[in-house]
Amino acid sequence: MTISPPAQPPTPPTSAPTIADAELALVPGAEPVARSNWQLFRRRFLRHKLAVVAILILLVLIVACFGAGWLAPYPKNQTNLLITPGGPSAKHWFGTNPLGQDMLTQVMYGGQISLKIGLAVAFISTMVGVFVGALAGYYGGWIDQGLSRFTDLFLIVPELAILGVAIQRLGRTDNAFIIVLAGLGWMYIARVVRGQVLSVKEKEFIEAARAAGASSRRIIVRHILPNCIGPIMVNATLAIAAAVIAESTLTYLGLGLQPPDTSWGILLNQAESAVTSTSTFYLVLFPGLMLILTVLAVNFLGDGLRDAFDPRSEH
Amino acid sequence: MLIYILRRIVYSVPVLVVASFLVFWGVRTTYDPTAKYRASKDGARIVAQKRKELGLDRPVFTQWWTWFNRFLHGNLGVSDRTNDHVWKMLTRAMWPSLQLMFWGSVFALALAIGVGVYSAVKQYSIGDYAFTGISYVGIAMPTFLFGLLAIALLVTLPVTQFHLSEPIFFSVGLHSQGQSGLNLDYLRHLALPVLTLTVQSVAVWSRFQRASMLDVLNADYVRTARAKGVPQRTVIFRHAFRNALIPLVTVVALDSAFLIGGLVITEQIFSISGMGRLFLEALQFGDVPVLLAWFLVVAVFVIVFNLIADMLYGVLDPRIRVR
Repeated sequence: MTISPPAQPPTPPTSAPTIADAELALVPGAEPVARSNWQLFRRRFLRHKLAVVAILILLVLIVACFGAGWLAPYPKNQTNLLITPGGPSAKHWFGTNPLGQDMLTQVMYGGQISLKIGLAVAFISTMVGVFVGALAGYYGGWIDQGLSRFTDLFLIVPELAILGVAIQRLGRTDNAFIIVLAGLGWMYIARVVRGQVLSVKEKEFIEAARAAGASSRRIIVRHILPNCIGPIMVNATLAIAAAVIAESTLTYLGLGLQPPDTSWGILLNQAESAVTSTSTFYLVLFPGLMLILTVLAVNFLGDGLRDAFDPRSEH
Repeated sequence: MLIYILRRIVYSVPVLVVASFLVFWGVRTTYDPTAKYRASKDGARIVAQKRKELGLDRPVFTQWWTWFNRFLHGNLGVSDRTNDHVWKMLTRAMWPSLQLMFWGSVFALALAIGVGVYSAVKQYSIGDYAFTGISYVGIAMPTFLFGLLAIALLVTLPVTQFHLSEPIFFSVGLHSQGQSGLNLDYLRHLALPVLTLTVQSVAVWSRFQRASMLDVLNADYVRTARAKGVPQRTVIFRHAFRNALIPLVTVVALDSAFLIGGLVITEQIFSISGMGRLFLEALQFGDVPVLLAWFLVVAVFVIVFNLIADMLYGVLDPRIRVR
C-alpha cells in the first residue's frame, strides 16, 4: 500500500493577511513603511516578469506602428516593380511582396490600423460596459433584466457571423470595425462589472458609507468601482486582443478592410497563396508573428494586472 | 428531469423568436435585392414594382412575420444566388460541418481533458510548464493564422523538403476524388481542419480543466480519501476526475457558438463545402433567404447543444438531478 504524501498546502487562514503583513514578510527586518496604493500596485506588477516584458513589447510595437510615418524605411504602399520580390535582406528586413512593396513598411502601417482598432475598441467597450454594468449591478431592476436578456440573445449566434453582417452594413472601414466591435464587446464587460458590483455592494464598508450619508452616485464612483478595477482592467486588455483578432480574421476572410487601407489582416489576406510555396512563406510569417506577438503581450499584460490589482496575490 | 428539459425548451422559444426578428431586421436592411435594377432604364419604376412584389414596401415587422410563418411551415424559400431550395442547400452543407464538429469535439475534449488532468496532477513539473507555454501561444493564435501555418509547415514544407509526390496531409476538401467513407484518405483530409478548428478550444479548455482539477484535488474529501489510504490512481480517477469535469461542461457548451465561428474560418481555408462556407458565400452575394435560415438553424443548434450540456450535469453530479 502506498502512502500518498500530504500534498495539500495548509488551508489559508480565515482572515486574509493584510497588505502591511505581506509587505513586511517580503523585507524581513524592515521598518513598516506606509505605501500608497499606487506604490503597492507597481511593486506587485514589476514582480511579474512576463508582464513587464509584455508591456515593453507593446510599447515598441505602438511606437513602431504609430510612428511609421517617421520610422518606416519606405513610403506607404510604394510599389517597385523593378526589383525581384524576395525574402528578407539587408535592404528589406521583412522582404518584399510581389508588388515590390517593402514588407517592413507595410507591416508597420498595417499595425497602425490593427492596433488603433484594438485600443479604441477596448477603450469604448470598457467605458460603456462599466457604465451599464455598474447601473445594472447596483440598481438591479429593468436595467439588469434588460442586460441579461440582451446578452442571452448574443450567446446563441456566433459572434463572427454577426460581425460579418454588421460590417457589410456599416461599410468596410476601420471606424465601422471600431463601432461594431465595441457595440458587441461592451456587453461582456458589463456582465463582468455587474457581477463584481453585486458582490462588492453587500460589503460592510458600503453600508458604512451609506450610513454616513453618501449618495448612490458617490458610493458607486468612490467606493464600488475602485474595488472592481482589477477585473475591469483585465477585461480591457482581453478586449484589445479580441478586437485585433476579429479585425484580422474578418479581413482575411474578405469581409473586412480593403486595400489601399492596410492592416495585418489585409497583409495576411494578400499572402494567402504564399503558403503553397516555401520561398514566399515569409509573407505570412511576419504579419502573423506581429499579430501573435501583440495578442500574447496583451494577454500577459492582463495576467500581470490581475496579480498586481489583487492585494492577496503571492507571486 | 423531463419537466426540466421541457421548461428549458419553453424558455428558449422567446429568445429564439426575438433573435430571429433582430437577425431579420439586420440582414433585410443590409441588402437591397432591387439594387441591380436601379441602374437600368426606367429604374425607379421597376424598383418600386419589384419592392411591391417582394413585399419590401411593408413594415419590417410584417415582413418578418410572413417569413417566420413560412419558416414554421417548413418553407425556407429559394436562394437568390443559386435558385435552389434553401432547405436543400442547408442539409447538403450540414453533413461536412457535422463531421468536422463531431471529430473536432471528440479530439478537443480528449486532448484538453488529458492535458488538463496531467498538468494538475503533475503541477509545476516540466510537462506542466510546457503545456502552459503551448496553450498561451494557442490562445493567442487566431484560427485562420493557425490554418495558414499548418498548410505551410505540414503540407508544403514536407513536399518540397522530401520531394514527395503527394503531401502527408491534404488541405482541400474531406475526400480525394472518387473516395468516400471512413478510410485513411479521409483521415489525411480530416487531420488539419480538425486541428485548426480546435486549437483555440483545446488551449482554453485544458487550462480550465487544469484549474478545476486542482480545485478538486485540494478539496477535503480528496484528502480524506488519501488519508484512508486509497491509491493515488483511484483518488485521481474515481474521486477527483468526475467532479472536475463539471465546470468544463459549462465552458464547452458556452463555446459551441464560438466553435461554429471557427467552422466558418476552417471551411474557407480548407475548401470544405459546409455550413461555414455557405454562410460566407451568402454573405458576399447578399443571399438573404440563405442568411436568414442559416442564422436560425445555427441558433437552434446552439440551444440544443446547451441543453445536452445541462443534461450532462445530471449524469456527472447526482445532486443536480433533483430539479
